[in-house]
Amino acid sequence: MSKKTETENYRQVSVSEFFEKNRHMLGFDSLQKSLFMIVKEAVDNSLDACEESGTTPEISVEISILKEDLFEVKVLDNGPGIERSIVPKVFGQLLYGSRFHVLKQSRGQQGIGITAAILYGQSTSGEPSIITTRRKMDSVAYRFVLGIDIKNNVAKIHSEDPIIWPHESGTEICIKARGRYVTGRQSIFEYLKELAVVNPNAKISFTDPEGKKFIFEKTIDEPSKPPKATKPHPYGVEIGDIIGICADSSEGTMENLLISAFSRISRATSLEILEKSGIDPGASPHSIDKVMAESIIKGINDTKLMPPSAESLSPISEKFIRTGMLSVYGEHKPSFYGRPVTGKVAIYKGNPFSVETGMVYGGALPADQPILVLRYANKVPLLFHPGSCAITKAISETDWRQFGFEQKQGKGVPYGPAIIMVHVFGPRLPYTSESKEAIAPVDEITEAIKYAIKMELKQLRRFNSRAEKNKKMGEKFNLVSTVIPEIARKSSEILSMEIPDCRVVISKIANVVFVRETFVERDGNKYSVTEVINYTMSPVSLNLKIVFRNGDVDKKIEDLGMSEKFVYEHTEPLNVSDEAEYYFTGINPVLVQGADELPSDWGLKGVEAYESEE
Amino acid sequence: MNQRNDTEEYLKKLVKLVYDQIRNGDVPEISIKSRTKENIVLDSLLGVWKYGDQEVKRNARKMDGAQFLAKSLYSIQFILDMLKESKSSTLREMYYISEGWKDYKFESQDESNLLVEDMEVITELMREDFHLRPEENGASIIGNITIEEKNRKGEFKRINCRDDVGDSGYTIPYNVEEEKLHLISQDADMILAMETGGMFDRLVENRFDEDFRAVLVHLKGQPARSTRRLLKRMNEEMHLPVYVFTDGDPWSFRIYASIAYGAIKTAHISHWLAVPTAEYLGITASDILSYDLPTDVLSDKDVAALNSELQDPRFNTEFWRSEIETMLKIGKKAEQQALAKYGLNFVTDTYLPEKLNFRS
Repeated sequence: MSKKTETENYRQVSVSEFFEKNRHMLGFDSLQKSLFMIVKEAVDNSLDACEESGTTPEISVEISILKEDLFEVKVLDNGPGIERSIVPKVFGQLLYGSRFHVLKQSRGQQGIGITAAILYGQSTSGEPSIITTRRKMDSVAYRFVLGIDIKNNVAKIHSEDPIIWPHESGTEICIKARGRYVTGRQSIFEYLKELAVVNPNAKISFTDPEGKKFIFEKTIDEPSKPPKATKPHPYGVEIGDIIGICADSSEGTMENLLISAFSRISRATSLEILEKSGIDPGASPHSIDKVMAESIIKGINDTKLMPPSAESLSPISEKFIRTGMLSVYGEHKPSFYGRPVTGKVAIYKGNPFSVETGMVYGGALPADQPILVLRYANKVPLLFHPGSCAITKAISETDWRQFGFEQKQGKGVPYGPAIIMVHVFGPRLPYTSESKEAIAPVDEITEAIKYAIKMELKQLRRFNSRAEKNKKMGEKFNLVSTVIPEIARKSSEILSMEIPDCRVVISKIANVVFVRETFVERDGNKYSVTEVINYTMSPVSLNLKIVFRNGDVDKKIEDLGMSEKFVYEHTEPLNVSDEAEYYFTGINPVLVQGADELPSDWGLKGVEAYESEE
Repeated sequence: MNQRNDTEEYLKKLVKLVYDQIRNGDVPEISIKSRTKENIVLDSLLGVWKYGDQEVKRNARKMDGAQFLAKSLYSIQFILDMLKESKSSTLREMYYISEGWKDYKFESQDESNLLVEDMEVITELMREDFHLRPEENGASIIGNITIEEKNRKGEFKRINCRDDVGDSGYTIPYNVEEEKLHLISQDADMILAMETGGMFDRLVENRFDEDFRAVLVHLKGQPARSTRRLLKRMNEEMHLPVYVFTDGDPWSFRIYASIAYGAIKTAHISHWLAVPTAEYLGITASDILSYDLPTDVLSDKDVAALNSELQDPRFNTEFWRSEIETMLKIGKKAEQQALAKYGLNFVTDTYLPEKLNFRS
């Protein structure tokens, strides 16, 4: 057999056939995992489609049991729908889709996921999938009964019919497959719940095999910003990349090729790189060999370039994380919501990435359990292989003990009443496997995660020390405002005498002006009430600055007498977790509890200093 | 003891003190004799240990002091109401009643018991004056002693504590004062008070009460006030010497000390409760060595308790210093039932006779 025929034989094994035999590579490695993967692939595609078209997603997932281990999974979205002519390619052909060739952050498995799900369904149930889709501009929906021709890596259309569909636009996919339905940390429900955390603009409903329905309502009505495609950054490209890019290029010269194929290369830097590489700027890209590619890489590394643009990054955003965690984990009544932290843009192998974190703490969360870690890569929850993931590594290598957590020798997943979410995002993140279930624990990423976590924990420390201070202040306040008057009242009651005036005693004990925030509820809204009470021996005056999340209020308080109270009720309702901050001027600072002296550089910089980067 | 009529006056005096302090613009404050081992002194006239002159001030500057004052006021009002209605309650009932005092309720019964003791110390009254009584604790007596106890019908019923009782003996009531209990007659040579029920039963079975003309008292661990008070009355009024037979560990030494010298917690009424002539017959470190008794290793708490006793003025005698130091040295303690190593009769045939002879 000649060498040529050998190659031809090899080519006859289609990609579909390869994956059919190696489906564990895509995560279809057990009955329960496979059922999970079908939902995940369909939902990820729906979210991507909604994001690209600027729709706030409404996704419904329904799992029903047909018999024993045979299930039907139905996922319906309100996305833009798919043009009928490309349906066979989108669903029936592995490796189809634009994503594979473009440097862009996205959820799905680069065009193989949903086809693999259909393939899995077909080979375990023997039945094709049913896809219904409709675009707004079409008057009818099209329903495809579609399988996959494994040998030829193409869709096998069983039927294609126009139907009347109640939905204006969207796509529904229905797959029958063998599987096993489970609950718990690695379940479909948990996946959808964690999706709801980072997609507060999505309505996600889920019907489990017992017919129980769960709905995560949308709490923000604005679409997510789609990521932009960008060219790769030169730092971190490898020899193979250079050779490939050069071979595929239609540019005439190396000078132009560097400019057009990479980001952050200007004409000047292009010439600088080529000069340092000893390559003629006018050389044809097709003439570049391995040795030359190697010297180009050296030239790139010797040249100072702008860091990659964050344009191709699509963060979840502070607002979404905050709102999502609030609505999904609010049931635990956490006492502290960390303000989400976004790290700076870092580079791994020439590709930009960044990290976002969010945290809730305290309340009814269990203190004697390991913290709950929500791992996300490109907005997708990672439920499997936590042990090999960069996020777990970063958490384990951070010493949490100084922040009030329990952690054996400062290593490992800490114990404490906290949920922390970590989102690593960027095009071409390194994963530990094809199924993208864990982020590879490379130093650049691990360190970036650690940095963001520390920023989050610093806030917690400030909260804890403030809570400690508030507790002490609360005790003193309770002592003078409640217990002392009660002693006066009770003693007079026993003696049948007049209640004595205890203001002097109170002032002797407290000798401070208390500034405190209480809350009232009216019409389902929560309002902040500021109280300033003078428990000193003489009248006081002061200027109070009340800092709310949505603005400041200045109050001038004059001649507040002994045991007198100044009250200000804010006019705007609050979010559940908001607390006002208090600053004062015009009074001796030792006389005030519950407020801080106004910094002299107020207005020059923000009070919250933690966002500043190293 | 006879209940006093001036209880209300004493309690109101205390309330008035607090009331006047507030009206004068002073932070309310109550002085109370320090109830620690550093503040007990020997009353050489009575031979018992009482509180010295050190005082602590409980004031309303801090939350716990203010809470103490508020809870005291609530308790006083409760007591005054009981006095008015001629009612009484148990300490436990008062603890439960405090539930209704909301922010000023007691966190535990220990807290309410301590507060009542503090009020005794402050007012120099006794809890019986407050119409408060403890639960029965079931300490008991077997021996040839005849008493009369007032029953629920108000009649005094005569009981011989050997012939008229079962194997568990006569149960000591919480009130053992003359109004409730008359001591009629005795035909015995001594009182032997035991820490554990096991030893009490052993001596009853071995007829130690008859053979040695002893009145046997089961202390049930740290003895209740009424048990100590009855020992005191039998000692003073019937002229019976008291011997205390306990395990050999620091806690047993304290049982003896509370009977003979007065307890630190109740030193304000030591003159009412303590039997200064009571003698220790319990297991000592020397006994462990000379009888080669089976032992347990001292725990950290035991060691701390022994060291604390070395600082306790009540144990500042040659006998106690040497026994405590020996026990610390050998690092062992023993139960009184360890004597069974030499047979069930060893304690009555050998140990107790030897100890009694050695003493006399």
